[in-house]
Amino acid sequence: MTEQYVADFKAFVGNGAGGAPAWLTEIREGAIARFAELGFPTTKQEEWRFTSVAPIAETRFALAHAAGARLPSVAAIEPLLVCPRGGPRLVFVDGRYAPELSSVGGLPRGVHAGSLAVALAAGRNGDLARQHLTRHAGWHESAFAALNTAFLADGAFLHVAANTILEQPVELLFVATGGRREQPTVSHPRSLIVVERGAQAAVVECYAALADDVYWTNAVTEAVVGEGARVEYYRVQREGRRAYHVATTQSRQERDSFFGLHAVTLGGALARHDMLTLLDGAGAELILNGLYVLGGSQHADHHTVIDHARPHGASHEFFNGVLDQRAHGVFNGRIIVRPGAQRTDSKQTNNNLLLSTEARADSQPQLEIYADDVKCTHGSTVGPLDQTALYYLRSRGLSPETARSLLTYGFAAEILGRMGRADVRDRLDRLVRAALA
Amino acid sequence: MTLLQIKNLHATVEGREILQGVDLTVNTGEVHAIMGPNGSGKSTLAQVLAGHPAYTVTAGSVLYEGKDLFAMTPEQRAREGVFLAFQYPVAIRGITNAYFLRSAVNAIRKHRGEEELGPVEFMDALEEKLKVIGWDDSYLSRPVNEGFSGGEKKRNEILQLAVLEPKLAILDETDSGLDIDALKTVAQTVEKLRRPDNATVMVTHYYRILTHIQPDFVHVLSAGRIVKSGGKELAQELEEKGYDWIREPAAVA
Repeated sequence: MTEQYVADFKAFVGNGAGGAPAWLTEIREGAIARFAELGFPTTKQEEWRFTSVAPIAETRFALAHAAGARLPSVAAIEPLLVCPRGGPRLVFVDGRYAPELSSVGGLPRGVHAGSLAVALAAGRNGDLARQHLTRHAGWHESAFAALNTAFLADGAFLHVAANTILEQPVELLFVATGGRREQPTVSHPRSLIVVERGAQAAVVECYAALADDVYWTNAVTEAVVGEGARVEYYRVQREGRRAYHVATTQSRQERDSFFGLHAVTLGGALARHDMLTLLDGAGAELILNGLYVLGGSQHADHHTVIDHARPHGASHEFFNGVLDQRAHGVFNGRIIVRPGAQRTDSKQTNNNLLLSTEARADSQPQLEIYADDVKCTHGSTVGPLDQTALYYLRSRGLSPETARSLLTYGFAAEILGRMGRADVRDRLDRLVRAALA
Repeated sequence: MTLLQIKNLHATVEGREILQGVDLTVNTGEVHAIMGPNGSGKSTLAQVLAGHPAYTVTAGSVLYEGKDLFAMTPEQRAREGVFLAFQYPVAIRGITNAYFLRSAVNAIRKHRGEEELGPVEFMDALEEKLKVIGWDDSYLSRPVNEGFSGGEKKRNEILQLAVLEPKLAILDETDSGLDIDALKTVAQTVEKLRRPDNATVMVTHYYRILTHIQPDFVHVLSAGRIVKSGGKELAQELEEKGYDWIREPAAVA
């Protein structure tokens, strides 16, 4: 199927490819060539041992965005939003910005939120985008990131100028229409978030669907957190039940910055999310906080890399999975402490709750430590509900059903509790409760 | 009034018989202390009364308020007023102490046909109980027993005791591993909750707590049977002479 994408790419470029600047055209050409070289990964590759992408590789996907396609109504979009109505939001339909469904009025001075395609077209935002776009998320090693880069056309561009405080969370909603039933489609949303020195922002990036058709989202987001900046980034994946979702999130943190990455995975038939974080300034702090709640025959694979490149960094990673029926959860957590990244404090935990005998979880920590004065711990668990805890709750008058649902919810609530923003947390709490019900 | 009547109780765990014929009667208004060497079956007795699924009752009977205790599930026992303070309280991740306590209170209120308490009403009612055990409300927003020290876990059991106000409180070595201040808090709470219509059974390994709580009866459990019973002076005697003199069930005659 690799050739098919190369052919599609030629057609895409032939159609003007969204009128991209020359520097981007060059990167795209390189990316499609790299994709052709790499091909789709197979389970023979260590990084893909537990996740077969054959269903994606063997399906013919057409580019989702069709010019002149009818947009969904605001009423159809609103139930999919995580943040309260009236807040700033960018809505993308099949990967393309839909200004009619978006709302960016009332943003403070120094904040730009809009379409990446528009930003790339010209001006100061074009220069800003050029400075960062494709510079952080490496596509040389990942076929999916390469493919996203080749077809890079649109997505969100958020820029928060130095020392600007953005009080309200900005929601980025990526909606798949599922569209043409006879032809599965793919979109390659590409987002760039740049929060400059001393600024503060919260972003909620959400993937959702309007139909339960087969489609594929292949997303990449790059986030740059400047010196002393603080960013809370929420990523909510609730794609359709038959959807494929592959994504890379790459962050780069500068000195004394804080980045909270909260990933909640509820949807999709097959999902793979690579979260790559680089702590590239002394004293940077990262919270990598994830929750996956899966049922049916859902498969979700989370690969995380925490790269401590500078001293005095701190990273706290917590991933919990709740797996029911025949669901399969995969967690791979790699922590790298580079030479010279002394006084690094890194903690990783992955807990998996199996609610059925057919559910499965694979958990793999990988520590690569090249500095000697560091504190690194990791731990993982896979198992059913704790019988002793069940009995303890029953001995306090709770029914077995209540006790079970309380323990299960507690597994999820542990992750929700680490989210910095109460408003977003409350919304996600509702989504998670619904997923557990 | 007779609250609890245990007759010839035998129980096994993993095929081993731990309780080998326990007889004990507890009336309302009484505090009983059950003492005995390690492995004598003290904790087993406590867990069997609360309904731990790992233990199998093989013979004997227990009547609670005249009803067959073993016909009740653990939650039914709790709702009817049986409370076990665990020797090793369990951590519940992600669930705050406040939410857990309110769930427990409401399960019991619902059973009694009383209206369930909302978060605000419940917090008001809780304030007083917290003072009793000398805690501020920071413990309420923490997950149940998660990251608690041994002493904090025990205090948390006592907080539950104070909040749930059971008819029959069974304290399974609640005094173990406590410093003297915590021990006094536990003892004071138990004394404060003492009423003519409830009873307490304290399982303990140490005499220490009995200087703060005055038991009406002291029983010695050895090899799964109560081999000697007496007043609080028996505890004093055990403290001085140890258990060896009593280990053989000489009283069989």
